Amino acid sequence: MTTIPWERVRRAGSKLTTPLHPDDYLSLLNPLWSSRELRGRIEKVVPETEDAATLVIRPGWGWHYEHRPGQYVGIGVQVEGRFQWRSYSVSSPPRRDGRTISITVRAMPEGLLSAHLVNGLEPGTIVRLAKPEGDFVMPDPPPERLLFLVGGSGITPVMAMLRTLDRRGTMPDVVLHYSSTTPERMIFRDELAALAEKHESFTFHQLHTDLDGMLDLQELDAVCDDWHGRETWACGPGPMLDAVTEHWESVDLEERLHVERFSLELGGEGGEGGTVTFRNSSKTVEADGATTILEAGEQAGVGMPYGCRMGICHTCTVTLVSGTLRDLRSGDEFGQPNEPVQTCVTAAVGDCTLDI
Amino acid sequence: MAIADVKEYTHLTEEEVEQLGRELDAIRADIEESRNSDDAAYIIRMIKLQRGLAAAGRVTLMAGTQSRRTRVPAAVLGGSLLGLAKILENMEIGHNVMHGQWDWMNDPEIHSSNWEWDTAQPAEQWKHSHNYVHHQFTNVLGHDNDVGYGILRMAREQKWHPYYLGQPVYNALLASLFQWGVALHDLDLERIRKGEKDPKEMKRQLRQILRKGRNQILKDYVVYPALSGRQWRTTLVTNASANLARNLWSYMIIFCGHFPDGAMHFTEEELEDETRAEWYLRQMLGSANFEGGRTLHVLSGSLGYQIEHHLFPDLPSNRYPEIAVKVRALCDKYDIPYTIGPLHRQYGQALRTIMKLSLPNHMTSSDDPAPPERRDTANEPPRDRKRRSDEERQPRRRELGAYARSRREREHD
Repeated sequence: MTTIPWERVRRAGSKLTTPLHPDDYLSLLNPLWSSRELRGRIEKVVPETEDAATLVIRPGWGWHYEHRPGQYVGIGVQVEGRFQWRSYSVSSPPRRDGRTISITVRAMPEGLLSAHLVNGLEPGTIVRLAKPEGDFVMPDPPPERLLFLVGGSGITPVMAMLRTLDRRGTMPDVVLHYSSTTPERMIFRDELAALAEKHESFTFHQLHTDLDGMLDLQELDAVCDDWHGRETWACGPGPMLDAVTEHWESVDLEERLHVERFSLELGGEGGEGGTVTFRNSSKTVEADGATTILEAGEQAGVGMPYGCRMGICHTCTVTLVSGTLRDLRSGDEFGQPNEPVQTCVTAAVGDCTLDI
Repeated sequence: MAIADVKEYTHLTEEEVEQLGRELDAIRADIEESRNSDDAAYIIRMIKLQRGLAAAGRVTLMAGTQSRRTRVPAAVLGGSLLGLAKILENMEIGHNVMHGQWDWMNDPEIHSSNWEWDTAQPAEQWKHSHNYVHHQFTNVLGHDNDVGYGILRMAREQKWHPYYLGQPVYNALLASLFQWGVALHDLDLERIRKGEKDPKEMKRQLRQILRKGRNQILKDYVVYPALSGRQWRTTLVTNASANLARNLWSYMIIFCGHFPDGAMHFTEEELEDETRAEWYLRQMLGSANFEGGRTLHVLSGSLGYQIEHHLFPDLPSNRYPEIAVKVRALCDKYDIPYTIGPLHRQYGQALRTIMKLSLPNHMTSSDDPAPPERRDTANEPPRDRKRRSDEERQPRRRELGAYARSRREREHD
């Protein structure tokens, strides 16, 4: 039996719905029946600790369950009528036949959106999604010996990797060192303990920093004496990652270390600044070298798209028409005509024009 | 007339006009800060309602006309639902979304940059001819192409020509074919006739209009009739009626915006030295509201609040009623006319103007209301209204919305 390609049916349908898309009508019946924007429905909110919860999300049309373990997705939630975007690591393992994905969120003291996600989201809520991204991933096949150094909610991408290894039933030699202020705040503690029970080759070290203090990397040998020989993934607060990176660099092993940061670090130099022109609205604004294009556009009153505002979700990407921009994180310059640029982490180097 | 000559206006000092501008800015800031989930829910509800009506209308027509017994009621009901859906889509949803009234939601599906509406004119051309040309140069003769749409003589200042004797006929044609008139609006036929139009741009625009118009015609006059099988003729006639109803309605509402008595026209000297506050004032003096219940206002795309819409084209339309209370209070405070009346009177006045101005000026009298008595400024010396330099001219208004090519349109090129 030949099947009529779904895309062709929809294209034919658009003759009936022009200038709209058939999805604009189908999504009235079921909000997930639209591939115009990636959407998802919150199926369950599972409390993990007092201030963290796992959101089980059923993605709509157009979603491919092909994220690599360790990647993050963007999630857009309407708060006070406005879509706010953040990125979170997927904590569920990838399954091609899957129907849901999970992200685990900790409510940050200053984070209005994270608090809303943990406490304010009802099952049934429709959210927007952005495709999985990120190169903090487990290679396939996995290395034979691994070390995970995790602090706090940095466990989420690591959990996706561990669950993937567990599901395949081939747990290599894995050491996990997981720091958390108290046992109660330790996300996935029971599941990790069960995994350690199940797999002899998986070693689980817990450190409760309120009682025992932070991990001193000089004493890493006591936790894992062969860390030199292991492929290492580290995820957690910035200072912890700085220390880990420095430690690995001191023995020239940085190519065996993978690090995931959850906040924007503007390490590169600034741009020189200049006049930023927004072509479609003919608005212009003077911006200095420390002002991101996103901020400049907002100052000029341009309705700039944005998401995470830290360079990971790519929601803010627009096309550079002319001029040069500098990435404030790395110092890399972008100057190709029609190059897509992330406005939240780039600043002007001289005058430039953007297509928005 | 230039605004400096407007009697109602000259009683205001320059400082008072600037103060008025600041008060209007404050109204804008208030609304911008208080936009919330209720506003978002309003437009989402409106879009769902409109799409529901459209689907119900189409299905009623296709299914209901198949039986002899239900044919007529199904055609009437289906046609009404469809007409209503088209009116809502063009007026309260399309027009307002394309002004950027809902861009603050950060929702790419309800955004001025990629909204396309259910009428023959491509959104991109609408955003140029309407958001930019009409809203920036409102009622300035020779600049605002919406004064008579290049077809009608709507201001006494426009020179009379025997061509205008046919005005009642042109008006009837414009009303019934309104969507096609609008579709050709941004082409600017006058400039094409004079050979001033860039041929490349003209070709691009024509291609766009043909593509959009073809899809619109195919949908209403080929595909849906074909799906109605033997009842194709009923569906075709009903679809044409729904389009006609939408044309007549949107024509009438739009003619109530700037053509009733009291809405003033301006000359281009006005633009030369205009500040932001004076731009506000021009919008207030050049626009006219009409009264009505909530349903009438929604069906009119909130254009019964034309004055408020022209002051704040990009603020959410569901907030215009509360803005109107404040704007009216300001008009009282500064002694500025606030033109408003019932819909039938406003349209009646517009129609009277169309008829009168088909004749030379000396054969008719002006209906513009006499300026209000000036209260306490009668003995003051005339104000200094000196010209300002280019640098002091108004910059392009940011709130009018973008008008350059949208991403969706560029994909077709």
